[in-house]
Amino acid sequence: MFVDTVIEDKSLHKPAFLLGLSIAVLAFFFAFNFTNTIFGEFLSPVIGNPQESGFFGRLVVSFVLAIIFVLNLLLISFAKLKIQILIVWIELFFLFLAFAYSFDLELAYIFIGEPSKIWLMISKGLFTTIYISAVSIAIATAIAIVGAIAKLSNNGFAYAIASFYTSLFRGLPLLLQIYLIYMGLPQLGFMIDAIPSGIAALSLCYGAYMTEIFRAGIQSIPKGQWEASRALGFKFGLILRKIILPQSIPIIVPPTGNQFIAMLKDSSLVSVLGIWELMFMAKKIGSKDFNNLEMLLTAAMIYWALTIILEIIQARIERKYQQKA
Amino acid sequence: MNASNETKSENPVISLCDVSKWYGDFQALKDINLEINLKEKIVICGPSGSGKSTLIRCLNRLEAHQEGKIHISGIELHETMKDVDIIRRDIGMVFQNFNLFPHLTVLENCMAGPNWVRGIDKKEAEKRAVAMLEQVKIPEQADKYPDQLSGGQQQRVAIARSLCMQPKVMLFDEPTSALDPEMVSEVLDTMVELANSGMTMICVTHEMGFARQVADRIIFMADGEIVEQNTPDEFFNNPKSDRTKTFLDQILI
Ligand SMILES: Nc1ncnc2c1ncn2[C@@H]1O[C@H](COP(=O)(O)OP(=O)(O)O)[C@@H](O)[C@H]1O
Ligand SMILES: [Mg+2]
Repeated sequence: MFVDTVIEDKSLHKPAFLLGLSIAVLAFFFAFNFTNTIFGEFLSPVIGNPQESGFFGRLVVSFVLAIIFVLNLLLISFAKLKIQILIVWIELFFLFLAFAYSFDLELAYIFIGEPSKIWLMISKGLFTTIYISAVSIAIATAIAIVGAIAKLSNNGFAYAIASFYTSLFRGLPLLLQIYLIYMGLPQLGFMIDAIPSGIAALSLCYGAYMTEIFRAGIQSIPKGQWEASRALGFKFGLILRKIILPQSIPIIVPPTGNQFIAMLKDSSLVSVLGIWELMFMAKKIGSKDFNNLEMLLTAAMIYWALTIILEIIQARIERKYQQKA
Repeated sequence: MNASNETKSENPVISLCDVSKWYGDFQALKDINLEINLKEKIVICGPSGSGKSTLIRCLNRLEAHQEGKIHISGIELHETMKDVDIIRRDIGMVFQNFNLFPHLTVLENCMAGPNWVRGIDKKEAEKRAVAMLEQVKIPEQADKYPDQLSGGQQQRVAIARSLCMQPKVMLFDEPTSALDPEMVSEVLDTMVELANSGMTMICVTHEMGFARQVADRIIFMADGEIVEQNTPDEFFNNPKSDRTKTFLDQILI
């Protein structure tokens, strides 16, 4: 992307804009009455009992909140870009924590028990989730390479099978595919366990999406590369392996990374088969003691941490290929 | 290709007999008859869209003709032939846009064909690649990637890449048309040297100075037909058809 070299005035530093923004923010806080939240309690020296403070209390609370909000924006606007990003990240994270805190959770719950619940989640749930995702990703990648080649070939059978496959598996909800494989295959006489069915469903579904990504990546390589290779006497497989695929990898990597991240989270759907992955564990442990939210939040944080790690890896790989290109 | 053809050197390396080609309903080549002998240098010219590229792309079957016969070293090119790759190894092709492999270094570009296709071991392929890069006068660029080179240098690498396959025939499709003017001569010089070394060459080009200097025969095409073919002297000094005259008037201004 090209960043323009001309610096525009920050709209936040124009008085008219600032005034308009302040009024809008004030209206927002006033509309969503915050008097009965923690903010009202903080201001009780001024407004007395929040419950009984009425219009006055509501106005004071929204006024104070609006000032804090706008001042915050204004202060951040003077910082350097990197600092701005960091501060906003931290603030949003604390807002998220405050949101979770408002659930009135018993956070100690996840650390008690022998072994502790969090350890169970990590040692069993996280392990199973990673195992299922990793195997599915490997299979999906293999399917995608074969599928993409089939879709690009002029072999009628190959094209028909590949396009039917992508159409079907992109056309059905993943949850439905999981049920169909788990309950459908035994009807044909193939007994299949929960984990293999889950892996099969995830691989087939994501294989279908990735087939399209790989096909587009291969097709984006200019025709001249094929012609030059053909003119040298290369055969199809050699061209693909040595000339086309190496050049399409930088194009394929970013969307494939997104698919990996999506799959990691979609692996939670196989919990319906009773597989002891993160989601299933969270529901099972939590519902036993009526501490559902604690466990769900724990699972949420683990998924989030995992995807952040994947995003970092993805960024590294992308950077590596960009340097070469 | 095989010994019997080597001995009968009066046999043409390339012969086309009533070759026609259509893109859909549009006829791009009309009953082309042409014979090219070993070591001959042919220049093909003609207005844009006249079928020059189509013609030379049919010679290594990057395009398929629908009627007539094309023989390369006595072997007929047709739809169901299994070993078109074997014929392609012996016919080098240089494209207008170079079509180098951008993910490989210059040296690797030149080694790819001999190493992967001819099965020559790496050391030998590298020796050959270095020799060819010396022939096109850019041995010092061997470890760079194509996009670090100027257009003229890239096109010379493309020529070297083809030569590494030790082809019998070289095809050139407007090799200097995509170049900045100041780089045209370095590529033409390389081609003149190649011609002097005895290579059989078929060049689509509008560089008439080059044509005068090296061509044994100039072929003028229009609307998918060969309108006229002659020695350079006759072609430039005594063009027969009106279309050739008009074309020469436009191009020699
Ligand atoms: N792949 C194609 N599909 C359809 N028409 C084509 C194709 N390639 C070339 N043509 C047409 O065939 C004619 C000859 O093209 P070409 O051989 O490229 O001409 P030249 O190289 O002499 O400029 C042109 O009219 C062109 O539009
Ligand atoms: Mg052309």
